Amino acid sequence: MAEDIAIVAFAQTPSYRSYDDSEPSMILGLVNQILEEIEIDRHEIDFTIAGSCDYLSGRAFSFIANVDGYGAWPPVYESHVEMDGAWALFEAFVRLQMGDIDLAMIVASGKSSPGTPREIFPLQTDPYVNAPLGLDPVSVAGLQARALLDSGKATERDFAEVVSRSRRDALSNPNAQVAKDIPVETLLKEPYYASPLRKHDLPPISDGASAVLIARGKRARELCEKPVWIRGIDHRIESHHLGLRDLTDSPSSRIAARSLGLTVGSLDVAELCVRYSPEEIVLRKALELGDGTRINPSGGPLCGHPVMASGLTRVVEVARRIRGGEAGRGLGHATSGPALQQNLLCILEGDS
Amino acid sequence: MAERCAVVGIGQTKYDRCLPVTMDGLVREAALRALEDAELTFADVDAIVIGKAPDALEGVMMPELSLCDALGAVGKPIHRVHTAGSVGASTAISAATLIESGMYDTVLTVSYEKQSDGNFMWALSGGRSGGQGAGGSFAPWIRDYMTRSGAPEHIGWKVAVKDRLNGCKNPYAHLHQEDITLEAVKESPMIWDPIHFFEVCPSSDGAAAMVVTNAAGAKRAPRPPAWVIAHAKRTEFAVFPGRDPVRPAAGVECAKALYKKAGITDPRRQIDCAELYVPFSWFEPMWLEGHLICEEGEGWKMVDSGATEIGGDFPVNMSGGVLCSNAIGASGMVRCLEAASQVRGTAGGYQVEGARVALGHAYGGASNYFAMWIVSSEPNPTFS
Repeated sequence: MAEDIAIVAFAQTPSYRSYDDSEPSMILGLVNQILEEIEIDRHEIDFTIAGSCDYLSGRAFSFIANVDGYGAWPPVYESHVEMDGAWALFEAFVRLQMGDIDLAMIVASGKSSPGTPREIFPLQTDPYVNAPLGLDPVSVAGLQARALLDSGKATERDFAEVVSRSRRDALSNPNAQVAKDIPVETLLKEPYYASPLRKHDLPPISDGASAVLIARGKRARELCEKPVWIRGIDHRIESHHLGLRDLTDSPSSRIAARSLGLTVGSLDVAELCVRYSPEEIVLRKALELGDGTRINPSGGPLCGHPVMASGLTRVVEVARRIRGGEAGRGLGHATSGPALQQNLLCILEGDS
Repeated sequence: MAERCAVVGIGQTKYDRCLPVTMDGLVREAALRALEDAELTFADVDAIVIGKAPDALEGVMMPELSLCDALGAVGKPIHRVHTAGSVGASTAISAATLIESGMYDTVLTVSYEKQSDGNFMWALSGGRSGGQGAGGSFAPWIRDYMTRSGAPEHIGWKVAVKDRLNGCKNPYAHLHQEDITLEAVKESPMIWDPIHFFEVCPSSDGAAAMVVTNAAGAKRAPRPPAWVIAHAKRTEFAVFPGRDPVRPAAGVECAKALYKKAGITDPRRQIDCAELYVPFSWFEPMWLEGHLICEEGEGWKMVDSGATEIGGDFPVNMSGGVLCSNAIGASGMVRCLEAASQVRGTAGGYQVEGARVALGHAYGGASNYFAMWIVSSEPNPTFS
């Protein structure tokens, strides 16, 4: 029988175009904010796990410095995934299932501003065929968009509608980096950037971090009035070879949804890690999200995309809405790799 | 914990200076050998956990994305652990946790490094300069250990001779230095005083893999399982004025937590053998002390007495250890799987007779990351 595990506190930095201080300093601020909110000492945390990426920092072992952000004296029980913090949440969720510890802190952080993402990210592709060609995520997103257009599953107007709605919703999100009320017609007049994508179909380059504290059932109730229950986390990957994939579909998301028993229409809100506007169209269809589910009320990554924290931030945004009473049940989504290669789903629910 | 975890399959590649295979080929070879050992196929695997040291070592960012096909992971969960040099052991522990949580029945875990694809010294310093290297960081701490403990210089040479001769019995070991002698170690070039060339681990390519499963899976396994009795991880700050890098508190705390969980009260007597992460010879006595296997100042005496040789009362690094093969990201997992191999009785030419309880260990960073596990031939070993 699965343990009841809940998010008891969460925090995020704004999405910055360029954060001048260090990555550990972002983490430190968030961890302190959480500890103050629920009035516990950092030594009461049983397990900490971080998600970050050496390549964004441009140095090996960059996560070692991030430990300064959550503290490690006396020594702590902690770990690190070289992935979006949403996968750190997955491992912490798994760890708490063992039933011997109660409280886990998850931190996610990334600073894309010091580098040039379009030059760095081709290194995610295989080093023998694709990486030497410099196949970058924007170009892959362009291929995905083209496949959607060619198959008749979407139009350029659909892409623009995603952007227009997201940027408008971001006006009410104080952490958003880009927010504006722009009509679809105006967007469609913009020139192409990576055809058929326009610059606004891409996420901004961002720095940022987020953190989540989770607890097992009894402890969760002690620590906060409104625990946000994690009803399940699943993640799946697809082939690395673009030629073997249908870029207009997301079978990995569908497998994850099925294994979580996600039913159509059960979600009030979904925060999807939409890095390029066509991804929303692919995910909506694969997850069978209908009109009853509000998509990315925060504006999503199109309005602020701190890589490595962007996925965990989706979970934070859903938890915020459940705690605030705007939603009863929601989905946080994270993704990794070109064209939604790997997807994680986290189902959250308030007390009913 | 909800479920018990057992190692039912072990696979390794040969470790070498430069293996002429792709990274996909490298990890797949280890994974297939582990599956073959367990008499399972990729279809039986519910989730995959992969680990390696910094991506900059090969220049491939988040390599789980490009290796997932080779690991049969398509349509499945795969996640990537990175905790510096301790990563191989941390990865094994993450895989064990997936089983112990009750959420997954059979997990494949793989770790690797392909050092020949890059330049470790360059990557270690962020590509900015030659850097001092790992040995440059550790040498002053080793000198400090010698001063504190009064250990004579030949202790390091003895560890090197023992591990390199043990490695000759391990077909997977990178170095087979059959003619090594104390004199040869002493005469080898001084790399980072007091560390001689023959006291330094090699740079290796290689991959290691394990199949771990729950009690039901262990029951079906064709060969004896190694039961995971306990595991522990501890981290401390890499740099701060109060820390003791010779005997890091994180290492002491990690060992305490591990032994407590396992029910071990007298590690030297109750553990039959250990695979410790020893990339420079002197770390053998330092970890014997730093992980409470002996009293402070007694580690070098254990080495000097021959206690850590195969046939001694506490054999260490029977496989030849990191001093014979160091595919960095894999090395911690190799310690864990060699410990498992000993209690399964499958260690071949370097088997410790009657090994029932074994310790697998790794450390990393600036000696500030520790990950360890205890495995046993019995699911519930009792200690007296």
